[in-house]
Amino acid sequence: MLSRLLRRQHSVLPGFSLSLGLALLYLGLLVLVPLSAAFLKTATLSGPAFLAAVASPRALAAYRLSFGAAALAAALNAAAGLLVAWVLVRYRFPLRRLVDGLVDLPFALPTAVAGIALTALYASNGWVGRWLPFKVAFTPLGVWVALVFIGLPFVVRTLQPVLEELSHEREEAAATLGASRAQTLARVVLPTLAPALLTGFALAFARGLGEYGSVIFIAGNMPMLSEITPLLIVTKLEQYDYAGATAIAVVMLVASFALLLAINLLQAWTRRRQGER
Amino acid sequence: MSTYTGSAATTEPAWLRRALIAAALAFMALFLFLPLAVVFVEALKKGWDTYLAALLDDDALAALRLTLLAAAISVPLNLAFGLAAAWALAKFEFRGKSFVLSLIDLPFAVSPVIAGLVFVLVFGLQGWLGVWLQDHDVRVIFALPGIVLATVFVTVPFVARELIPLMQAQGTDQEEAAHVLGANGWQMFRRVTLPNVRWALLYGVILCNARAMGEFGAVSVVSGHVRGETNTLPLHIEVAYNDYQFAAAFAVASLLAGLALVTLVLKFAVERRLQNQLKKALQ
Repeated sequence: MLSRLLRRQHSVLPGFSLSLGLALLYLGLLVLVPLSAAFLKTATLSGPAFLAAVASPRALAAYRLSFGAAALAAALNAAAGLLVAWVLVRYRFPLRRLVDGLVDLPFALPTAVAGIALTALYASNGWVGRWLPFKVAFTPLGVWVALVFIGLPFVVRTLQPVLEELSHEREEAAATLGASRAQTLARVVLPTLAPALLTGFALAFARGLGEYGSVIFIAGNMPMLSEITPLLIVTKLEQYDYAGATAIAVVMLVASFALLLAINLLQAWTRRRQGER
Repeated sequence: MSTYTGSAATTEPAWLRRALIAAALAFMALFLFLPLAVVFVEALKKGWDTYLAALLDDDALAALRLTLLAAAISVPLNLAFGLAAAWALAKFEFRGKSFVLSLIDLPFAVSPVIAGLVFVLVFGLQGWLGVWLQDHDVRVIFALPGIVLATVFVTVPFVARELIPLMQAQGTDQEEAAHVLGANGWQMFRRVTLPNVRWALLYGVILCNARAMGEFGAVSVVSGHVRGETNTLPLHIEVAYNDYQFAAAFAVASLLAGLALVTLVLKFAVERRLQNQLKKALQ
């Protein structure tokens, strides 16, 4: 029945209804039903109670920190990620393959490990922290450092394939037409990379917004000052304020879904831009 | 009049190249290499005896067992899901396909903390099934089932995401040939499809396993942090760290950092084979 309802083309291959049915059942039970619990729980709150939970001064401070630190970290990631991807694709140097492999470290390293390592490094007696004239660990700056760590591979891995596909011919053409190297980079290379760069930024931003493990060790976690939104959700849960925790979670979920949609559109744009060449 | 040389116009002068490489490596050292190195240095700061004692501690061993058990349940579940989803999505055309594709990616967009929270809302004492579960003496939250559910949630996309593009690129010709030659569905899947996607499958499982063993936020919300019972390795690190047992926390962290390095090596080994397979399929 499922197959007659949905199929666009006839296929001789078996197993369509079975595999799609199983996949949808799995997604439904393990992802969609639990997520809908958050929205249904919030729907039991009255309007004013909902507003009081999601727009309290403490919640607003947490959103500001989460969105601000994630955006600033993704911005540094976009710049540094462009540099790293460029160097890895265009230049040859010793141990390049090893360095390339280590770009994925934030994907592979458990966030709690990253959290305590960054804290040890950037604390005022740490390898890096002792050389800095200002405090990093246990301040909002610490949140930013953790999010920079977490976000880097998103930008590098989004840019690398686009840079590899970028043909030298267009750069040569620009040069023969009299463009300087700087003009070629600004007018030819950068516009081609723009959609991928934006996608990488959005992916890093989305990840940073929800990040928990690597941040809570280094942040200091002072309410109103260095408390990220996911931590506020956990704090409310530990105080048995389920409705309050869920209301804030719903705000974050809506933001995440909007970002997911934006990322899908950006990726479609990236593919179109690549197809044009 | 200066003559145009290809290299000068399409690359940077040598000094600038070197400066850019140095800048990229300095950034990566500050944010990637040093954090990795500091884990091992801090772990061994108080000597091998302290290090081994921290790893052989009863609570640490219990956490290791729980981490392995949770991954051993979650990874095969997501592997089976990935195969089913990829078969339907890559080999057939149907209405709503792109919607299902975005649904698979959904868990990546959700904060791990929220992934844990939603299971508390369903299975917790105040949740939908809380009273029923209590009456029947079944524990989900603050017990293994909750930890597995949270782990499964955050790792749903890994295998499916690797399989779908490859199976799409490979098309249906080989399976159709097997079908015409009289293979039944299971034979076709086992003899044709599985060998064709083995590298993508392995790649997805490697990434899925790394995340399953390392997950912190989602598991932290549903675990209850009972020492020796519901602490996974990442949670054990947090408990030790908050008790100011830094050497012990870093010792356990070095174990997970080692797992991350093994993951990267395996990923590197499989990646090239997977890319070759994908290129071949796209030709």
